[in-house]
Amino acid sequence: MPSLEVLIAGIMLAALVFYALLAGADFGGGVWDLLARGPRTSQQRALIAGAIGPIWEANHVWLILVIVLLFTAFPPAFVAIMTALHIPLTIMLVGIVLRGAAFTFRTYDSQADAVQRRWSRVFAIASVVTPVMLGVCIGAIASGQITVVDGVVTSGFFAAWLAPFPWAVGLFALVLFAFLAAVYLTVEAPDLALREDFRRRALGAAVAVGALALAVFLLSGAGAPRIRAGLIASPWAAPLQVATALAAVGAIGALWRRHYLLARALAAAQITLILLGWAAGQFPYLVEPNITIAEAAAPPVTLRLLLYALAAGALVLFPSLYYLYRIFKGPDVFSIGLRGARSAAAQRDEARHANDS
Amino acid sequence: MSDFMAARSQMAMSLAFHIIFAAVGIGMPLLMLIAEGLWLRTRDDVYLTLAKRWAKGTAILFAVGAVSGTVLSFELGLLWPGFMRFAGPIIGMPFSLEGFAFFTEAIFLGIYLYGWKRVSALAHWLTGAMVAISGAVSGVFVVAANAWMNTPTGFRMENGKPVDIDPIAAMFNPSWFQQTLHMTIASYLATGAAVAGIHAFLLLRHPRDRFHRRALAIALTVLAVTAVLQPISGDHSAKVVAETQPVKLAALEGQFITERGAPLRIGGIPDPASQTTRYALEIPGGLSFLAHGDFSAEVKGLEIVPPEDRPNTVVVHLAFQIMVAAGMALLGLGLLSALLAWRTRRLPDQRWLLWLMVLASPLGFIAIEAGWVVTEVGRQPWVVYGLVRTADAVTPMPGLAVTFVTFTLLYLFLAAVVAWLMWTQIITAPAADLGHGHEEAGHAVA
Repeated sequence: MPSLEVLIAGIMLAALVFYALLAGADFGGGVWDLLARGPRTSQQRALIAGAIGPIWEANHVWLILVIVLLFTAFPPAFVAIMTALHIPLTIMLVGIVLRGAAFTFRTYDSQADAVQRRWSRVFAIASVVTPVMLGVCIGAIASGQITVVDGVVTSGFFAAWLAPFPWAVGLFALVLFAFLAAVYLTVEAPDLALREDFRRRALGAAVAVGALALAVFLLSGAGAPRIRAGLIASPWAAPLQVATALAAVGAIGALWRRHYLLARALAAAQITLILLGWAAGQFPYLVEPNITIAEAAAPPVTLRLLLYALAAGALVLFPSLYYLYRIFKGPDVFSIGLRGARSAAAQRDEARHANDS
Repeated sequence: MSDFMAARSQMAMSLAFHIIFAAVGIGMPLLMLIAEGLWLRTRDDVYLTLAKRWAKGTAILFAVGAVSGTVLSFELGLLWPGFMRFAGPIIGMPFSLEGFAFFTEAIFLGIYLYGWKRVSALAHWLTGAMVAISGAVSGVFVVAANAWMNTPTGFRMENGKPVDIDPIAAMFNPSWFQQTLHMTIASYLATGAAVAGIHAFLLLRHPRDRFHRRALAIALTVLAVTAVLQPISGDHSAKVVAETQPVKLAALEGQFITERGAPLRIGGIPDPASQTTRYALEIPGGLSFLAHGDFSAEVKGLEIVPPEDRPNTVVVHLAFQIMVAAGMALLGLGLLSALLAWRTRRLPDQRWLLWLMVLASPLGFIAIEAGWVVTEVGRQPWVVYGLVRTADAVTPMPGLAVTFVTFTLLYLFLAAVVAWLMWTQIITAPAADLGHGHEEAGHAVA
């Protein structure tokens, strides 16, 4: 049984994983809105808007949960991060505000082309900026460049995040979210042509993900030496990395063979494993190299009550979330496509595809 | 502008902006629920059209509220790390519970807005009920955390650090009930007044329009009921403040000296130099009675603390007068409308009364803003009353004027767009558009 504070830190990580898998894909949708092209440009944008519309606000709350857990359970870590990363976090917030506002304004404003294009542009650019800044912040936290002495940040307001490694992580987060969104959209596309559009985009994004993963790894030697050492020394490191690589290759293979539900499950697994790998490499530090989980933890009574609150909240949250996704994403929403069948739509497509060629 | 003042200005501006959308997020679901409930009972399609129209407006306002609320949760740390280091473990509980309430609200609002044709009519109404309940609960948790800043309990100080933390006692601090009650009623009252004013304006343009008549009937009922309840809740608030934050009470009443039989001052301008409040209409013994239930009770003045521990009395007193005046005007409007409705047995639609409603439509939100000035500025110079000074909690980050200006411009832009969309797409949209357009929202993108 892990200690109370490690348990809470684990829940915080889980909330971040949910944020990446759900809200991350919403941001990725914005990227594909920006890159929409070809004869089906407007259909692509409509598919993205329909996929995001009912759920983005709920998906967004995972980030608030992460922040609340951080300041309740680990106040010194919250304070250090909010101080050292004031600037990138502020840019991220502007991105969050503009993304959500522009998306909603586009939905309810005049349907005239010029108006729609203007809001689309704001929505899409904010969808690019926000994940990059989120990645920059995570990269800076992982880099071990935020130093804290007696609760005071000594590394200044720029050094930790104005470095190649955090920005590589920022771009990595962007392409991961774009990849995830494209994979989800292959499942949600209403017809073959759109599904093929997003299959091609997903495969392209997968190549970018691979390239940036390599860049992040190469830069980590100088940019995040401690976490790299942690990743090599940790007993879970090798199995985690192998599993991540298998999920990544598997997702590409499933996309290639048009097993979309399986591809979606593997892409989600890949992102989950990447975040787990980061956490494992950094454990037991919340902010390397001065703040550990145990040192930053709030008193046990706070943690225990927080755990009860989380348990009670989860009882309401998960059934509600299931209801939401079931209504808008249909019966296949959590299927991983292994029960001998792919979604009915994919099978139809395959039949049609075979006829075409 | 010093960084400290920039931080305070940014926080004040962010809260002043967010609170409008937060209050609407609590108030509008109730109006939608009533309209849709009436449709379920009567099957009169005007009510369904009304629920959909209100839902469309709510969608825009809720989204802006959600993102501006996110900014606030970060700003707690971006601007006030000293406060969060102290307060996080003590008041994290209500914030975490608020997280789940907000989750529930966002989830069911998504179903409500996009699910008109996907779930049964009753399930849809219940979804709306979930939005209304979780919205109100979410507000209660956030305000309970703010109440703790006014009356911090649930810990003991030892060598300048909090020990023996009891998060439950902190959440249920002495102010939690009065503040959450007052703010929740204020949300319904302000929303009711604003919506009543809008439909009164449209009725002046289109008399006899069934749509606007029903809308006005619902909004006016909410206004009248909450306008009567609010002074009762406010009286209770004043008594709690008198007991737990005597300096704040003294500031909001312009009471410089400690005295028995203190007068209630209506209006007036406090003058800290001469320690008097001039030009006020004074009701002898009034303040003693309102604060302690006895016309000759002693009311503590600002003089019980040194000048550096006093809030800005001019701002707090004037804000308090504005809040009370706005509340009283709405009470008068509510009672007058109720009286006319009772005597004529119909919707009170006299033109002069409709004009009064139009004039009164911003008063609820003016009262909310003024009330927040009272409670926030009235707590200064403390961020945690009596324990942590706001100036000691501020971030060491330099150049905060830049972020203050950035967020101010961003919010001014959003406010302008929201106002424009409300006017062109919701309020003055032709009635023929109402039935559809919404279900398809999000799918018809160029």
